[in-house]
Amino acid sequence: MTTDTTTQGTAPATAPGDTVLDARGVTMRFGGLTAVRNVDLHVNSGEIVGLIGPNGAGKTTFFNCLTGLYIPTEGEVRYKGQVLPPKSFKVTAAGIARTFQNIRLFANMTVLENVLVGRHTRTKEGLWSALLRGPGFHKAEAASRARAMELLEFVGLAEKAEHLARNLPYGEQRKLEIARALASEPGLLLLDEPTAGMNPQETRATEELVFAIRDQGIAVLVIEHDMRFIFNLCDRVAVLVQGEKLVEGDSATVQGDERVVAAYLGEPFEDAPGDEEVAEVEAAEAQATPGKENDR
Amino acid sequence: MTTTHTTAPEAPRANTTDQPYSLIGIPPHIGRALATAGGALAVVSTFLAWTWTAEFPGDLTVYGYPGGLQVLVLVGGALTTLFGLASYGVKGLRWLTPAGADSALKLAALGTFATAWYTIIAISVTLGGLVNLEPGGYVVAAAGLAAALGALSLPYQRPAPDPADPDDTGWEKFRHDTRTALGVFKAGFATGTPTPARKLPAYAEILVIVAALAIGLIVFTYGIGTEYDELFIGFLITTGFGFGALAKAGLVQRLTAITAEHRNVTLVGAFVAAAAFPFTQSDDQYASIGVYILIFATVALGLNIVVGLAGLLDLGYVAFLGVGAYAAAMVSGSPLSPFDIHLPFWASALVGAAVAMVFGVIIGAPTLRLRGDYLAIVTLGFGEIFRIAVLNMDGTSGPDLTNGSQGIPSIPNLSILGFDFGEEHSIAGFTIGRFANYFLLMLLITLVVVIVFRRSSDSRIGRAWIAIREDETAALAMGINGFRVKLIAFALGATLAGLAGTVQAHVTYTVTPEQYQFAHAVPPNSAFLLAAVVLGGMGTISGPLVGAALLYLIPEKLQFLGEFQLFAFGVALVLLMRFRPEGLIPNRRRQLEFHEEKAEAPTVLSKAGA
Repeated sequence: MTTDTTTQGTAPATAPGDTVLDARGVTMRFGGLTAVRNVDLHVNSGEIVGLIGPNGAGKTTFFNCLTGLYIPTEGEVRYKGQVLPPKSFKVTAAGIARTFQNIRLFANMTVLENVLVGRHTRTKEGLWSALLRGPGFHKAEAASRARAMELLEFVGLAEKAEHLARNLPYGEQRKLEIARALASEPGLLLLDEPTAGMNPQETRATEELVFAIRDQGIAVLVIEHDMRFIFNLCDRVAVLVQGEKLVEGDSATVQGDERVVAAYLGEPFEDAPGDEEVAEVEAAEAQATPGKENDR
Repeated sequence: MTTTHTTAPEAPRANTTDQPYSLIGIPPHIGRALATAGGALAVVSTFLAWTWTAEFPGDLTVYGYPGGLQVLVLVGGALTTLFGLASYGVKGLRWLTPAGADSALKLAALGTFATAWYTIIAISVTLGGLVNLEPGGYVVAAAGLAAALGALSLPYQRPAPDPADPDDTGWEKFRHDTRTALGVFKAGFATGTPTPARKLPAYAEILVIVAALAIGLIVFTYGIGTEYDELFIGFLITTGFGFGALAKAGLVQRLTAITAEHRNVTLVGAFVAAAAFPFTQSDDQYASIGVYILIFATVALGLNIVVGLAGLLDLGYVAFLGVGAYAAAMVSGSPLSPFDIHLPFWASALVGAAVAMVFGVIIGAPTLRLRGDYLAIVTLGFGEIFRIAVLNMDGTSGPDLTNGSQGIPSIPNLSILGFDFGEEHSIAGFTIGRFANYFLLMLLITLVVVIVFRRSSDSRIGRAWIAIREDETAALAMGINGFRVKLIAFALGATLAGLAGTVQAHVTYTVTPEQYQFAHAVPPNSAFLLAAVVLGGMGTISGPLVGAALLYLIPEKLQFLGEFQLFAFGVALVLLMRFRPEGLIPNRRRQLEFHEEKAEAPTVLSKAGA
């Protein structure tokens, strides 16, 4: 759990100000199961926002709603004022790029080709152009390659451009996924557990990378389990528990919130979260037998 | 045409025992001498008579020059001798074996042995007894055996055996022992680490490519011209072992590296070599095989865009060939066509391709929303729907359009700019018959398809196809409009098949529904097309061409198989998928996919080969 976090005491840096992402009342139901219920979240430009929650809280489902992989049952998601189209490739074209929780690179393509695929929405050359190979085609290919190499340089994979993606070590595959997402020139980058399975050094490097991305003016929304990472990184953190947003605020607020602690420790958690219930639960727990506790 | 080469493949040397091991207990220096001398003796023996009567096909009775199967033994013996001498380190032959001579020598010697003994056995069986052999026959048998035994006695590093589990039951122990023995046997044929190649000047590399293409043309022409079953089987044995030996010697790998550097030269050279084929033929009989192979290969290459690049399993692909052929037949001026028009070839080719594209879009638009197995089943259904619809549009059970099971007969020969494809022409002293004319025309269309494949695969759209094949969800999240991109692949494949169909209609004179079945003994049909792609190698250019050539030639040449053709085809396909799932000419990517654990797999793709 959260330990000694070096909290950034500052309030969310909303200096650039504009709302990039605005999700309102997003609800996602699968049959009878409500995975995400009425979640509001907004991300401002130049901001790094974290999304945390216990396993199964609906974080990835919420991500999928933001990227057009799922269409929310209720509510709407706006990107820079526009309602998001319901197809994931259109979402990417609009300017939201993402990475995946379980790495989904194109394993049998080279590192460079992976990034070039990321350039797809920002290039136009179709089949005819490829077949006829006019000067425009060569210019566009060269420009794409140059931009892709720049990105590989940025994440530190330039000298491995010709390797197959599958042969990269785990940490570098994560970096490549980020580079591939950046290739679509997004205004908002969604990172789904970017440090899962990384050692502390790699986590630290990823942190630097995310800051560098933010400094390029790209807003970032991160899902993560590593609390130290998230509280170091994020201007604002939202906590999702059982499909609902529990708290949102800066690191200090979230860490200080008892309900978050309760949720993470796996306390019984009923429909309406509130201090009373928590108190009730705590009171009940105080008298509970160990056997009953094991039932949870 | 994979354009990839390896950098620093690490040889798996860690788990070998130090003691050299050999399969046969002959001292290595004697074995090596035996193999080399056996090869040389086999060469000499081919100039002797092997049998007394010309009843055995090929006339092996002549002293002084080799004939029929003797030529094949001569080639095998020569290869064995060369690799034997190279294994002694003879100056001037070292370029032959960049990856070590021993494995190559073993395969070449085995090939010589197999061809020689196959011939001897075939003679004895055909003529009834060993008495029919002349001394030359005994000499070649002894020479082949000596070469094989000698080569197998060459020492190699044996992999360290896994310790057996003492708790194994009898069956498990048997399995373990078999596996170990198999591993030891396989290691005897392991490819060594290639020594870094000396950089040749560009003109020399181009000469190497030309030489390789010339050899390829000779081998292909010889194979297509084999006149009797025994010779074709001998041809398969010799080329199989011979190609294996060249691959083990590292020559194939070097050649691939060189062709990758000169892609355009290779393409032009291959085109010229293929165009030279009809000029090597004295009559039109084998040119007809050539043109059918080309049609089959071109359609297979079109299918390779759909299956190999975009990963869409299309089991009804032959329908598009049929659409193109029917469209061309209807505008060809055939008396039984419902339309009384006679378009010139360029127009009918455009019509055929355009109609096939429209069908591709119509069939693709609803089906491409499915993935994987579901797509395969639906395309299979559409393929059959095409055939049955054509069968029924005969005026009684449907509109009078296709003439039902009669098909559209008497399609006139093409005539382009006054050049009548039905006539024999004399070009520079060579007589070019009807099929040879069509062969050359078809070759142009093959070239178009090759260029389309190459250019589209190495572009934004080609990368999108591969991305879709690799991981559709991730590709969508990268902003690729999956449906659109897949529809383009599907329609492009259909267009190319339709284009090939326009020529096919004229070559065969008649188009009938049963030419376009899902599975049939005669290619092209959907099953054989897919088999050609898978057998040759998915996602490559040369793979489907080689696969189609083999799949057409083998049933064509082995007539004695008769009813068992499809059975043999099935067995061969199962064996291939078990032992070489990436196909004969693998795409680097796929080779990595299937043989991940092997250290010999390259870790770097130097140039995108799609």
